[in-house]
Amino acid sequence: MPSLRLMARLDIKAPNLIKGIHLEGLRKIGNPAEFARRYYQAGIDEIIYMDIVATLYQRNNLSDILRDTTESVFIPITAGGGVRTLQDVETMMRCGADKVAINTAAVKRPQFIEEIATRFGSQCCVLSVEAKQSGPSRWEAYTDNGREHTGLDVVEWVRRAADLGAGEVLLTSVDREGTRKGFDVALTRAVADAVSIPVIASGGMGAGEHLIEVVREGHADAVAMADVLHYDRMPLAELRERAAGAGIPVRSI
Amino acid sequence: MSRDAIIVDYGVGNLRSVARAVSHCGAEPVLSSGAARIEAARHLILPGVGAFGSCVGALRSHGLLDPVLKVIDSGRPVLGICVGMQMLLDVGEEFGEHAGLARIAGRVQAVPATGADGTPHKIPHVGWSAIFPVATPWAGTIFEGITPGSTCYFVHSYAAVPEGPENTIAVCDYDGRTICAAINRGRLYGVQFHPEKSGPVGLRIFDNFLNMSAD
Repeated sequence: MPSLRLMARLDIKAPNLIKGIHLEGLRKIGNPAEFARRYYQAGIDEIIYMDIVATLYQRNNLSDILRDTTESVFIPITAGGGVRTLQDVETMMRCGADKVAINTAAVKRPQFIEEIATRFGSQCCVLSVEAKQSGPSRWEAYTDNGREHTGLDVVEWVRRAADLGAGEVLLTSVDREGTRKGFDVALTRAVADAVSIPVIASGGMGAGEHLIEVVREGHADAVAMADVLHYDRMPLAELRERAAGAGIPVRSI
Repeated sequence: MSRDAIIVDYGVGNLRSVARAVSHCGAEPVLSSGAARIEAARHLILPGVGAFGSCVGALRSHGLLDPVLKVIDSGRPVLGICVGMQMLLDVGEEFGEHAGLARIAGRVQAVPATGADGTPHKIPHVGWSAIFPVATPWAGTIFEGITPGSTCYFVHSYAAVPEGPENTIAVCDYDGRTICAAINRGRLYGVQFHPEKSGPVGLRIFDNFLNMSAD
């Protein structure tokens, strides 16, 4: 396999980087581009920007942040939040994003996935799924930061999205998000084993063993981290060493 | 001497990152969709994102196919990135067969759906993979000074399969499958990965390319 991808997830309420718990109760942390630069210097593999109020305000405010970031950050950047038209996708790409993450717009109109894949390529289309456990080994997809039901079964939804051309899945466990109690391994595994596209596990990273567990047991191809990086709870180099020590290939820095 | 690089702008891809990488190396990036400007390029960068056929089609419909070919055939340095690299070959097999620019003999084929042991693996091949030289040493190429085993960022479902082994100058391994990571003929280069997204290693590749003589 290629190296495990370690991603920094930066939730944005422009112009600030914020962090919540269960995607709620937001706290301001700082200037997103500065954090992105710091993570790039420390050897993060990718950056994810999520405008978490975009759907609410019907627009995405990441353009300036993306332009600022790509001045000096030379790794892949995913932008998400409020992306609803091909024009939005193009705008994000022009500002320096390599991929867009879509959730609400895809739930409303799954064809949107196909349209992005056809026009910009599957590699550009990341399906963002906010998953909440709804029963034993069952999860429901949500939108609007885990507030709105979709009625969609997560595994079935991801399968369908992959068939429509989604290139990756950003899989956020709303239950675990911001808790530092570890990823939802069962959820990650259920999705990763159901599709052939890469799955990014998000929500719950709090310790080195969480990362190892979600890769080994959850079959994640990448992990998204927020809290653990933003509050400097663990140096990235140490996480990398822990993964390598567990036999998980990571990028050489 | 001022260094500038023409980046072919034919409506596809994230050109900003490529432009930023060029200026990071102290050169002037010029995004251009003008035939005359492109034809006169001393260093030409050909990006590409999306499907092979639509990229070649877009290049043609913008009237830029001939200007690009002229630069390549003049022997000046040209760097194709991702689908921009794939287009340099004869034929692409993505969504049916499509003719490429035919400047390096070979085809562009789907990345094998399984690893060497027959186990299915993820397609597209996404992520950081280590690159290694094959027959040609890296000294004097765009990989000058790069340690074999350095990692670069890949995202692709199709890969170049050059006919002549001498045209492959870097490979990576994907679960036991050897993937062509870079092609070369004279001062024509193509990289499957995204150097503009590969951190310091990618920036070094741009720097080497931009330092290459155009005379």
